Amino acid sequence: MLKIHNLNTHYGNIHALKGIDLAVNQGEIVSLIGSNGAGKSTTLLTIAGLLKPTAGSITFKGREISNQPPHEIVKMGISLSPEGREVFPGLSVSENLTLGAFIMKDKAKIKTAFERVYELFPRLKERRNQVAGTLSGGEQQMLAIARALMAEPQLLMLDEPSLGLAPNIVAMIFELIQSINQQGTTIMLIEQNANMAMNVSHRTYVLETGKISLQGDSKELIKNQEVKRAYLGVV
Amino acid sequence: MKNILSQMLLPQFHKFYIAAIILTLIFLPLLGLSQYVLRIMIMIGIYAMLAMGLNMLTGYTGQVSLGHAAFYAIGAYVSALLATTLQLNFFIAMLAGVVVAAISSLLLALTTLRLTGTYLSIATLGYGEIIRMILLNWEPVTNGPLGVRNIPRPSFLGYELTLANNGIYYLMLVLLGIISLLCYLIINSKIGRAFIAIKEDELAAQFMGIKTTGYKVLAFVISASIAGAAGSFYAHMIRYIDPNTFTFDTSILMLSIVILGGMGTFRGMYVGAAILIAFPEALRFLAAYRFVVYGLILVLMMRFRPQGLLGWRSSNPYRLSKQVSEMLAQEGNREITLKPFEGKEEAVKG
Repeated sequence: MLKIHNLNTHYGNIHALKGIDLAVNQGEIVSLIGSNGAGKSTTLLTIAGLLKPTAGSITFKGREISNQPPHEIVKMGISLSPEGREVFPGLSVSENLTLGAFIMKDKAKIKTAFERVYELFPRLKERRNQVAGTLSGGEQQMLAIARALMAEPQLLMLDEPSLGLAPNIVAMIFELIQSINQQGTTIMLIEQNANMAMNVSHRTYVLETGKISLQGDSKELIKNQEVKRAYLGVV
Repeated sequence: MKNILSQMLLPQFHKFYIAAIILTLIFLPLLGLSQYVLRIMIMIGIYAMLAMGLNMLTGYTGQVSLGHAAFYAIGAYVSALLATTLQLNFFIAMLAGVVVAAISSLLLALTTLRLTGTYLSIATLGYGEIIRMILLNWEPVTNGPLGVRNIPRPSFLGYELTLANNGIYYLMLVLLGIISLLCYLIINSKIGRAFIAIKEDELAAQFMGIKTTGYKVLAFVISASIAGAAGSFYAHMIRYIDPNTFTFDTSILMLSIVILGGMGTFRGMYVGAAILIAFPEALRFLAAYRFVVYGLILVLMMRFRPQGLLGWRSSNPYRLSKQVSEMLAQEGNREITLKPFEGKEEAVKG
């Protein structure tokens, strides 16, 4: 579905991504793990069109997208739930969700998207009139994911959904991610919480200083000595 | 008493209040107000229009313009010059003023696309000064510091609208009504949602698939067109314009109305304009001190009501769902006792 070949991205003079090769197949959950500054978020922002790659290609369903602006990429079916739960703080939950469906023109479709999202996140339905900035951290993360789902994406990219959340909330969020995937949405997950990410995903890529250092089935990679030592805190 | 008051402010009564205010405004001139009072009311109307336009850009889209007097000036000059040299009808001249203001804002917006926040504000400030300098120095066209004189009054179906026959006043009401309606329709559409999203979080707006640069340019153009219309009306009302009317002070006055009234509200624009325009007149008995008092009021406002006179959301309690508010009410009835923290002394000792 998504193929990335030899992707290079620069921040000014800093060479952030140094030739990344990566593929996401239909129906999968693929996680991308790595430490701070490895280039995880850069990869997502480049796919989303907010950063322009200096070399390499990104194809989505056979179409080159690396030269497309962000709004076109959303229209093609790639949604991003940004890091740090960037919801619109002054708007209500339902207004946030309406904005998530900004690219959709068909009102009936928007209505079904609302129903689907409220079914997945009953908590958001309860709080639909509440101002997003007053939600708890976990609720804001749910809202960020729900908002990304409103555009009915084929590929949902989640940037650090566990960031700053209590362990029981993290477990709940990851359960939700799995059920979203079971409903047919392909997911690309970026995480520092390597253990959680590898537990829910089918395949994992390990990113180190702008390069993919390891890849494979999550079930096998989680047993890998190198991964255990560096990311799982097991000696 | 407080109950009756809060009952009266319920949303279902809003329509009634709006209708009452509009009716009052329509019948007000029949009370035989002096031309002086009427002129102040018209100026309030003009600044309400200007604030309404700037509100689209600053209040809803979050882009602060410090040079909005430029578009006001362009609307006034284009319309005035066309009416004096080509004897064009007011409404056609006004349309031309709006179009030129829109085009000039498009040029400004396209050249400053990549600027955000304070950088954009400084660029608009510079733009405002450039336009004023052009008006001042392009003498063959603008008549330089002498300004444009004998601008014809607006006429409607051969009927000349003047201050004395209240025509100008009603024209102001109609224009203000049209502009308000237009802004209302825009804000409650998809375009308005995009504007608000950009103000709230531009990056997140991009993730929603909103073409943020395009919508920012659109906000600029809408805002400038409204300022252009207000400028054209001003020129034909006052009948003499010169570059001194369109200084940095005017831009700041517009911004003050938007902020004082309450950014991102409609009612705030009318009330803000009414207060900031009427105050210097009402304070005339203070003679030389009136602008000191005026400034003091602004400072106090920002200290005690930073969201603006009629700004909301930040002052209203957050709307909670029924279950949550019931839960909170129950908790309120329960007595909360704080347990003293045990083991604190030991911890200090250890």
